[in-house]
Amino acid sequence: MSDVETAAGGVRVGIVPAADGKRRVQVCAGTACVFAGSLKIFEAFEREIAAAGLADQVEVAIIGCHGLCSQGPLAVISGQETYYPKLKAKHVERIVKEHLVGGTIVDDLLYVEPGSGERIACWHDIPFYAQQTRIALRDVGVIHPERIEEYVARGGYAAARTVVTEKTPEWVIDEVLASGIRGRGGAGFPTGQKWKFAYSSVSDQKYLICNGDEGDPGAFMDASIMDGDPHAVIEGMIIGSYAIGARDGYIYVRAEYPLAVKRLRLAIAQAEQHGYLGDDMFGSDWSFHLKIKEGAGAFVCGEETALMASIEGRRGMPRSRPPFPAVSGLWGKPTNINNVETYANIPWIITHGAAAYAALGTEKSRGTKAFSLAGKLVNGGLAEVPIGSTIREMVYGVGGGIKDGRQFKAVQLGGPSGGCVPAALIDTPIDYESLAATGAIMGSGGMVVADDQTCMVDLARYFLQFTQNESCGKCVPCRIGTKRMLEILEAITAGQGEDGDIERLQKLAATIKRTSLCGLGQTAPNPVLTTIRYFRDEYEAHIYDGACPARACSALITYHIDPESCTGCMLCAKKCPVGAISGERKQTHVIDIEVCTKCDTCRQVCRFGAVERLTGDEVAAVSVAARRPA
Amino acid sequence: MLTDSERTEIEATLAHYPHRRSAASGAMRIVQRHRGFLSDEALADIGAFLGVSVEELDSRATFANMLFRHPVGRHVILICDSDCCYVMAYEQMRDHISARLGIGLGQTTPDGRFTFLPIVCLAQCDHAPAMQVDDDFHGDLTPERIDEILARYE
Ligand SMILES: Cc1cc2nc3c(=O)[nH]c(=O)nc-3n(C[C@H](O)[C@H](O)[C@H](O)COP(=O)(O)O)c2cc1C
Repeated sequence: MSDVETAAGGVRVGIVPAADGKRRVQVCAGTACVFAGSLKIFEAFEREIAAAGLADQVEVAIIGCHGLCSQGPLAVISGQETYYPKLKAKHVERIVKEHLVGGTIVDDLLYVEPGSGERIACWHDIPFYAQQTRIALRDVGVIHPERIEEYVARGGYAAARTVVTEKTPEWVIDEVLASGIRGRGGAGFPTGQKWKFAYSSVSDQKYLICNGDEGDPGAFMDASIMDGDPHAVIEGMIIGSYAIGARDGYIYVRAEYPLAVKRLRLAIAQAEQHGYLGDDMFGSDWSFHLKIKEGAGAFVCGEETALMASIEGRRGMPRSRPPFPAVSGLWGKPTNINNVETYANIPWIITHGAAAYAALGTEKSRGTKAFSLAGKLVNGGLAEVPIGSTIREMVYGVGGGIKDGRQFKAVQLGGPSGGCVPAALIDTPIDYESLAATGAIMGSGGMVVADDQTCMVDLARYFLQFTQNESCGKCVPCRIGTKRMLEILEAITAGQGEDGDIERLQKLAATIKRTSLCGLGQTAPNPVLTTIRYFRDEYEAHIYDGACPARACSALITYHIDPESCTGCMLCAKKCPVGAISGERKQTHVIDIEVCTKCDTCRQVCRFGAVERLTGDEVAAVSVAARRPA
Repeated sequence: MLTDSERTEIEATLAHYPHRRSAASGAMRIVQRHRGFLSDEALADIGAFLGVSVEELDSRATFANMLFRHPVGRHVILICDSDCCYVMAYEQMRDHISARLGIGLGQTTPDGRFTFLPIVCLAQCDHAPAMQVDDDFHGDLTPERIDEILARYE
């Protein structure tokens, strides 16, 4: 089956027909959909289809994460690829009767594009998908991740077979080099070069590792690949093992990803049964043994040297490099370590050729990158686009714009190692170099969007608290330096900032970046430095004016009811958990700020927008007005 | 002493590694699954079996989020404190749970019903704020939803 180009340039994936030619209902069983109730929807389809007497014509199947997680639970009906989002059990009966039996699409259950209000039937036409180019995610949300036949039916394991039975390791390495692919785990090191180093190391034993730790908060691409298309990762690893000459490998998976562990285990067993993994693979004399190692939950274990220490059975603490893993890695043997998404791209590169991959992306950053979109966006979810797409295309195109019609303020890329890119730089292309120039990083692909209600100083404080918690404590700059920075940021957000704090932060940041042992400390100051760079006025407002412009730092805001808008409906007074609001029906209500705990309940329940958060000078202005005789 | 089933499960993982000690963190998870948490005695049992010192096991157990060195409640609440959840009002949810249960992060309710812990990221970012109770994910949290969810765990 071939993939078709869409008008927007995206790769449209063909559906897998059921082996026996049945029609098919695919129900998304990505983690987000499962918790939204998709397994109940799955059962409802089975039940209704049986009741309608269609059980021998229609198959109900599970697929991995379909991508647009905010629309779950969702189902796709084969044929015209009709997309039914936000399903409830009661909808299923109608879909079976009207669509599967009657042959008409159930119009009022279709997806509605938020901007235009247009109803869209086929998922390929939904802007969120139409603007993507899916390579690493090619089968995620398309195949049943627990069935190797479906992966094989879409061309799976053909690349590994060709490589192992017909090609030399040098050919594979040249192909990967020519594709220009760079590691997707954050640092962006060219994968072909890494493989070449490991290949050149001479040893009786080499290892190949897949980094599935995905500790970066705000990132969930790797989880979606591992539980939506585990065979793609395994096949990429088989090709890598042959290229570098490793006969043993590990997939290191976060303890917090039980579904990924389960599906990878199953996939490994299936691949072994088919002779794609283990001894004498594909009838050749090549062998590769793959095992799973579950982490125990520590962010720093995603760092490659810490990860290897953890597999060896030592505490997951980083060590200094060199020696690099390619020379001395797991148990001192030459080791190649790549990220989940990196491996998932490899089979596609081998099948379609390095040139096809290199044709996508920018000159220095070839190919595509998967991103997880989250935060104050209309469409949160999983998206893969050619590298070099702009932040605007991600936020307003794929992401559908900002929730509740609010204003886009900044996007945070790269989690605690990354930085915030402000709205003014919205046309920045997303590639390694352009992002580095802004002070942010490409990172592993987490994109968290902030709107005008997010305080950038408080966001920086949050990240420092995160790295402070996750610092393994081995080196002093990271352990103590981040603590000092955190203390300053806590003071600023509590309204106790002092003149000189910004400069102190910058000085500490420079030292920590220069002197920390591993990437955790070396990048920890980035969120602070980028917010100072682009939102210095917010820092100054906190320090010099006692004001939080985003009205988020509770120490710097005061709740107040605007007498012009208040209708005296009493709702806020009823809902206030501490009884801080008083007022008669149809009379303006008043908040006793001595009692108010700033829990925000009143503002959320008010239907008239009468509850305001005042900050800085506004507070004094209102108190003066209140004291003025009527 | 490890029980027979603990020993069998750990033995099954030994073949994955060239050295016994590498099975340590997996062994700790296995024993924790059986005993609820990792007591000093549990570490001594694992250490004796794998030939690893108790001090080293302790240093690894205290390093990891998902290994518990203290008794935990019947249900463990893991609230995600990652950046996305933070942007989507994590702190308000945390405070709400604290107020409801009368415990802070790292604590267990006196009746032994809940232990309340922070976690780095549950990969539910587009359903932030999110938490996990035992093995169940819960996203798009609001104070009302939290009340509803907590009521389901006896
Ligand atoms: C603190 C820290 C955490 C990291 N976490 C991860 C992770 O969760 N997943 C990952 O693939 N790489 C992570 N890395 C990067 C790895 O060290 C390594 O560069 C990467 O796995 C190499 O794979 P790649 O070349 O395919 O990107 C982390 C690095 C640091 C410093």
